Amino acid sequence: MSLNKNTNGYIFGFALLVILVCGVLLAAVSGALSEKQQMERELERKKFILQSSLGDEISGMTKQDIAALYEKRVEEMVLDSNGKAIDGVSVNQVVLGKEYKKLEKNGTIKKGENIQLPIYLVKAENSEDVQYYVMPMFGFGLWDNIWGYAALKSDLNTLQGVVLDHKGETPGLGARITEQKVQSRYQGKTVADESGAIVSVKMEKGEGNDYSNKPHSVDGMSGATLTAVGVNNMMENYLRLYGPYIESAKQNK
Amino acid sequence: MSTEAVVNEEVAAKPASEPLFSKKNRKLISNPLDGDNPITVQILGICSALAVTVKLVPTIMMCVSVLFVLIFSNLSISMLRKVIPSRIRIIVQLLIVASLVAIVDQVLQAYAYDVSKQLSVFVGLIITNCIIMGRLEAFALANKPWPSVLDAVGNGLGYSVILISVAFFRELLGSGSLFGFKVLGENYTGNGVMMSPVGACIVLGLLIWAQRARNGYREEA
Repeated sequence: MSLNKNTNGYIFGFALLVILVCGVLLAAVSGALSEKQQMERELERKKFILQSSLGDEISGMTKQDIAALYEKRVEEMVLDSNGKAIDGVSVNQVVLGKEYKKLEKNGTIKKGENIQLPIYLVKAENSEDVQYYVMPMFGFGLWDNIWGYAALKSDLNTLQGVVLDHKGETPGLGARITEQKVQSRYQGKTVADESGAIVSVKMEKGEGNDYSNKPHSVDGMSGATLTAVGVNNMMENYLRLYGPYIESAKQNK
Repeated sequence: MSTEAVVNEEVAAKPASEPLFSKKNRKLISNPLDGDNPITVQILGICSALAVTVKLVPTIMMCVSVLFVLIFSNLSISMLRKVIPSRIRIIVQLLIVASLVAIVDQVLQAYAYDVSKQLSVFVGLIITNCIIMGRLEAFALANKPWPSVLDAVGNGLGYSVILISVAFFRELLGSGSLFGFKVLGENYTGNGVMMSPVGACIVLGLLIWAQRARNGYREEA
């Protein structure tokens, strides 16, 4: 006897069965791989932190070397909105995307929210002196989230370097923020004016202009003005959020 | 009872139980490589051919992913072909393809994190790659599992050959490198057109031209 394949019962039954099988399969794969994926993400964070501060020093390093170097040189801290270290909170517990949601559109902290800001202190080789201050940033580009790390030199004003990354910016246009060529434009720029107030560094509209005399501007990416606006907002918001810490660290020098 | 008689009987009953790599089956692999290439002849799957061919390494990863999805979706649809209700066959195909793509995406994230980031949305977009749905509808639904697998391998390789050739020229001329190694010297200035999808369009057009000139292709009126 052959089953009538066109009855509603058969169709529903078949659909349900296929969905069940696919669902179980996907859940199993996702469960089995999640730990490894987490490790890869962790490693990428460490790589970005070292790349923003030490730059070329880490190029060509293996994953193990990067993890070891991070272990040796980087001290992790989580700050509150006043720039004070929060005891007993590790940077691994802070999800930047969640913290970002505690901000208003204009970058101020929403009422009643306690923001947690991770900061990474990169020590000089074989010394306890802090050589670079690396601050994570998070924001929104044209299509989706963007994030990155800004490394300040020990004067807490000059940018040593930045690393930028994104989820869904347009390939060839906004996605160029991940290119070294674009990121290196930030090197040597300063984030504070003469009085010491934070003014951030802005990526300007248009590409191919010379901004070497302007300490707070970098050359833009042609065709990706809105991604640049996202990057600018992100950098300004986070430099302001870290402002109290930057102030106190300067005074402690 | 002589075994010969049994064999003869089986052959008579099932004419399809031919050798695994019979001439017909070999054609399933060789045809899509040239004369019936999914990209250059059928002009399917162009989106990823333009999008992910900037560098060779991600391109090869993409090809492996498409090959995997194509083989297993063709295989499973072919095995299910007698029980799938025809009214919901497209959505069932889609579900199976989507699940396979999700698996590929998860595996890439775990074992090839950098490449998976470079491929970004294009791994997910394998779901909408016309080659895959096209092979399921045109072949797997009407053929046995083994020929379906061969058909998938053939089409997957046909897709890969074109993608890798496009990526070869784009990486060579766009970045002056191959597999990330500088081959045109440190002072080579990359060609911006080759870095953008426009370059892929040009390279692909030239490839199609070369292939058609060689095969003596005539446009049908």
